[in-house]
Amino acid sequence: MKTKELLLDPIVKNNPIALQVLGICSALAVTSQLKQAVIMGVAVALVTGLSSMMVSLIRNQIPNSIRIIVQMTVAASAVIVADQILKAFVYDVSKQMSVYIGLIITNCIVMGRMEGFAMKNSPVSSFLDGVGNGLGYAVLLIFVGVIRELFGSGKLFGFSILPLTTEGGWYQSNGLLLLPPSAFFIIGLIIWGLRTWKPDQVEKE
Amino acid sequence: MSESAGKTLTIAAVLCAVCSVLVSGAVVILKPRQEFNADLDFKKNILMSTGLYSPGADINEIFKKVEPAVVDLDSGEITDIDPRTFDSAKASKDSIPSNIDSAGIKQRARQQVVYFVKNEGKVELIVLHLVGKGLWSTMKGFLTLEADGNTVRGFQYYAHGETPGLGGEVDNPAWIAQWKGKKVFNENLKPAIDVLKSKVPEGIAHAENKIDGISGATLTMVGVEGTFNFWLSDFGYGKFLEKFRAQNPVAQAEVSNEN
Repeated sequence: MKTKELLLDPIVKNNPIALQVLGICSALAVTSQLKQAVIMGVAVALVTGLSSMMVSLIRNQIPNSIRIIVQMTVAASAVIVADQILKAFVYDVSKQMSVYIGLIITNCIVMGRMEGFAMKNSPVSSFLDGVGNGLGYAVLLIFVGVIRELFGSGKLFGFSILPLTTEGGWYQSNGLLLLPPSAFFIIGLIIWGLRTWKPDQVEKE
Repeated sequence: MSESAGKTLTIAAVLCAVCSVLVSGAVVILKPRQEFNADLDFKKNILMSTGLYSPGADINEIFKKVEPAVVDLDSGEITDIDPRTFDSAKASKDSIPSNIDSAGIKQRARQQVVYFVKNEGKVELIVLHLVGKGLWSTMKGFLTLEADGNTVRGFQYYAHGETPGLGGEVDNPAWIAQWKGKKVFNENLKPAIDVLKSKVPEGIAHAENKIDGISGATLTMVGVEGTFNFWLSDFGYGKFLEKFRAQNPVAQAEVSNEN
């Protein structure tokens, strides 16, 4: 497959959240603020890319009987390194997100790409596939994050866009959008919209 | 793919070794930076509660005015324990009788670190560490009082897990700003912070103890009020503040003037 397809297909055509419906839990947890959504997206893209690449490098050596645990060990190491890097360079963000970063290991996208793609493909295309899927996840997170932060607290990246009534403005914020369930509604609506636009994504009954 | 037990074990062992080198390498290499960040963040939160912090300011430079000391809450005296090595998490703890535990924390260390902001040797501000339950989470923060041991200069939570946009609005600078100038004690020097359900009405009695509530955050507000009133009681910093006022004649005069 070509680089472009590997990187861009997972964004609309084969989005890990919208089509494969993976990684929903973290999409609920980190999308109430756009900044968190962006950082989580980047972290998942890098972790998925790097761990796919590492698994692909040793794919011919991995004994079949322990392949899942090997993949998990690789992913867990990548996650810890990512968490440590965030702590060292963007401390205030990592303080809020450390728990969720640790939970990237439980994100089905990471395991799914390693088992489904990296075990059969070259390191370079596995890396691109991992990053691409991470980007697909990030794009959806950013969509949800924009809606939730803008209409939930009238801000984007913490900057006031719609002045809130509580701060003397005119916008009455929607508290529901700040609570995790709202992400379910938004993701549901996005999936609906996407499948209306691209009917081939609809699952056959 | 070979499947012999020996090969499987070898691969597993090599993988573990490589991964642990990677992980521990990252931890060791990044540790100094992380500790530096954590220390800076801690100082920043203290300074934010005092109102001395502004974005981009040199935190370590401003922090030179801040002097920590370890206080014994039972006697209210400043102890000679070195605050740099003192860890209140490891200090001996007393359980709090449930009828006075309005902060919902069940136990508290007998010694606590307090911070004095000094100017030419004179205490200008006192920073106290507060811990208490909100709706979902334990909220930790710093409260800064003026040298009269009663007037609020500011406060800042540095860790909480309240719902963003609802209880999480305790971080809202506009809400925090109204605390400035409020009194934590009433005229009988009992803790008297009262967070109302909505705005404090004009001309209400004891407005100096009353705080506007945040709508949608009623239970978090109950926690905030409870946290303040617990930590300012005799089981919290009450005795220390009483002694401090007694040893600080200027502050004493100010308090009696107001009464």
